Amino acid sequence: MDVPSQIASIEDLERWKEDGLRALAPGARKVTVGMATCGLASGAKAVFDVLTEELGKGAPDVMITKTGCLGFCQMEPIIEVFQPGKPRLLYKQVTAEKAADIAASIISGKINKEDVFCTIDGEDKEGAAKTGLRGVPRLEDIPFYAKQEKIALSRCGRIDPESLAEYIATGGYFTLWKTFTAMTPDAVIAEVEHSGLRGRGGAGFPTGRKWQLTRKASGSPKYIVCNADEGDPGAYMDRSLLEGDPFAVLEGMTLGAFAIGAQQGFIYVRDEYPHAVENLLNAIAQARAHGLLGGNIMGKGFSFDVRLIRGGGAFVCGEETALIASIEGRPGEPKQRPPYPAEKGLWGKPTNINNVETWADVPWIIAHGADAFRSVGTETSKGTKVFSIVGKINNTGLIEVPMGLTLREIVYDIGGGIPDGKKFKAIQTGGPSGGCIPEQLLDLPVDYESLTKAGAIMGSGGMIVMDEDTCMVDVARYFLDFLKEESCGKCAPCREGIDRALEILERICRGKGKDGDLDTLEATAQMMKGFALCALGTTAPNPLLSTIRYFRDEYEAHIRDKRCPGAVCRDLIHFRIDPEKCTGCMLCGKVCPQGAIKGERKKPHTIDEARCIKCALCYEVCKYDAIVKE
Amino acid sequence: MTTLAIDGQTVHAEPGMTVLEAAQRAGIRIPTLCHHEGIEPYGACRLCTVEITDGARTTLQASCCLPAREGLVVRTDTPAVTQGRKLLFQLLLARCPNVPAIRRLAADWGVHDTPFSPKDEDCVLCGLCVRACAALMGPEAIAFRGRGVSREVGTPFDFPSETCVACGACTYVCPTGSVQMEAQTAARLRKRVATERKCRYMLMGIVSSKLCPNDYDCPHCSYDQAMEFRFGTHPAFAVAAAKRSAGVVPAGIQEGGKDKR
Repeated sequence: MDVPSQIASIEDLERWKEDGLRALAPGARKVTVGMATCGLASGAKAVFDVLTEELGKGAPDVMITKTGCLGFCQMEPIIEVFQPGKPRLLYKQVTAEKAADIAASIISGKINKEDVFCTIDGEDKEGAAKTGLRGVPRLEDIPFYAKQEKIALSRCGRIDPESLAEYIATGGYFTLWKTFTAMTPDAVIAEVEHSGLRGRGGAGFPTGRKWQLTRKASGSPKYIVCNADEGDPGAYMDRSLLEGDPFAVLEGMTLGAFAIGAQQGFIYVRDEYPHAVENLLNAIAQARAHGLLGGNIMGKGFSFDVRLIRGGGAFVCGEETALIASIEGRPGEPKQRPPYPAEKGLWGKPTNINNVETWADVPWIIAHGADAFRSVGTETSKGTKVFSIVGKINNTGLIEVPMGLTLREIVYDIGGGIPDGKKFKAIQTGGPSGGCIPEQLLDLPVDYESLTKAGAIMGSGGMIVMDEDTCMVDVARYFLDFLKEESCGKCAPCREGIDRALEILERICRGKGKDGDLDTLEATAQMMKGFALCALGTTAPNPLLSTIRYFRDEYEAHIRDKRCPGAVCRDLIHFRIDPEKCTGCMLCGKVCPQGAIKGERKKPHTIDEARCIKCALCYEVCKYDAIVKE
Repeated sequence: MTTLAIDGQTVHAEPGMTVLEAAQRAGIRIPTLCHHEGIEPYGACRLCTVEITDGARTTLQASCCLPAREGLVVRTDTPAVTQGRKLLFQLLLARCPNVPAIRRLAADWGVHDTPFSPKDEDCVLCGLCVRACAALMGPEAIAFRGRGVSREVGTPFDFPSETCVACGACTYVCPTGSVQMEAQTAARLRKRVATERKCRYMLMGIVSSKLCPNDYDCPHCSYDQAMEFRFGTHPAFAVAAAKRSAGVVPAGIQEGGKDKR
């Protein structure tokens, strides 16, 4: 590489940019494999190996690189094929065999359009790449992407997360240079404040105001922290961001440190994210090596360094005071606020804690201006928000949408609706602290206030879609079970309240619910909301309260009629065989582990209920829908 | 001097006082289990939660951790407070149905039974013993172990503590009588030869030389009773206060203490 080792001038940055552009739009052919955790889990490593081997033999001039998650995790492994002067092609759900075919097509230069998922624009400015390919959709035209607007995720899946040059080529670190040369710390804070950015960890506190509080707090040194202790079931926004664009988080933190007056930062990331840890450590090492972290950054006299702290996976450590305790080496237990971390945080010093996505939004805001950020979103919630949409939905993945988009648009336009023609029942936002929103509220705009009013929360961005086969009592039971494991146990409302509410829910699910259970549940939930020590405890009743609020009939069916409308709670369901539909194929009899199904060939079978353990194997194997679950 | 309103009554508070302390001094009753005047507030039992109006915002807050600020409007008897408090008492009654102190306190606040199924615990996990050990004497012989519902107080890995000086502050502060003087520590001390059998007040550093003539049966020791009478409280509190005024901070609450070890 003919680039300067230390970046200390705009010329240095320009030279790194050129180097990065050469990698992003080279003069030769290039294949990029999506290798974030979602890609790796669906076999991207094998695809990468096949491509390396086949292309190594047939076309050794082809570059093979990695990238992060492009969002459409369901379609992983996704690979991008670049040929100079031609449209960039994306292939989806590439298997090892498919990869060999693709390698062959690259070697021969003939492209089979049918296999191509879509075309995508790149950094190369030549017209050829922009024109697209006839008969193949462009990425922007695919419904999953059409309504998205990317700020935090703008580089994820587009650059090699291990390459500083590619980060700089896409505008990275120019913002930091601009800040050092043309802005005061107060101007940075004013810009962030004007942008309307609010904490993306879920509570939605205005970021600029938080920075201002820490800047003005007395005490030295000051610290900043990146909270990457993402623990909500089904949520992986922070993981993908750290895996796909770690430099953006580092640059955001450096900008924040400059604005706040901190010299030391910490990234608290859970150890269950090994790939994110690896990419972060690599990014930190590179930034340090090239004068972008450490003493005298970019030769401008400002010093700032980052330490990575790996958390043991305690959900409560995402709560800021527990996170502080954990970094200090004490058990991760929350402390009463005030004092807030902005006044007394790490080791009693002023500390500013922001979520990964918040930090990643900062360089974009400084680069494009607060007004550009403000122009997106609603009156009170500005900009975009990243969500992971999972569960009973056709398009599983990571999306970034303008605030104020409705849940219906997210579920049906982006998510593609519910699989197998089933009916939508509820969407759970905000993880275990969030709530379940029913179908009648699907037109709710997604912003902090609307979600809170509906009894859910924005949270860090997990969205779980549930279909008609879901039992809402069971959902509340599941989340309380999770929280029982994760409550630290310090304060009585959370420790005892979750335990006892769960006890009652389990009883209801077993068909042993009593009159008055709902009142006790509601009273317990209300008490926890007001009395618990930290946000884990005060939001823990949300799944319970929201399901009671919108699905009271399901609770009553369980308690009064001993019936589970979603046909989930094992003690309340029964299996029988519809003699009209049963063809007597005998398959169910073969899989039944209890020998509970009897019947002769080609004659309707019957289930002996006394022996049935309700494992539902017969229900799953029957090809004629003859097994009825009720 | 700050002035605040508690249940419509004007109350004055010294600098550094919490809302709970201001209320107690004014004779306004607020229930609490985990609060002790000689130990830093912790906010674990949440029984002292009250309704606070600060400007335009009204919230529920634990009064033991809330500094008394000028102009705060405090209510200890709104429906949200009393209903939540009642439920919290019901939860504690279900946890410790056989602890007289809990039953008495709950009855004082009008709660006599619970809709939850009873367990049989002695300890309410208020943390007074753990905090007394760390903050007063500093040996951190006992700590919380486990998380959530499996949280409990004990020595690390259940080994007999090597650092316990048998000061007894833990048993003194325990509101339920759950913490008994560590039989193991007494046994460990008893194993020593007669000339090494230091009295717990010598181990605490209160007296320079005093051996135990009494087989470490402190509850029946006249010297022990004399010491308590002399200090008017458990002597460990007096030691801690003396250390604090001399600028000696117990190891357990030093800044970054664990990191350096």
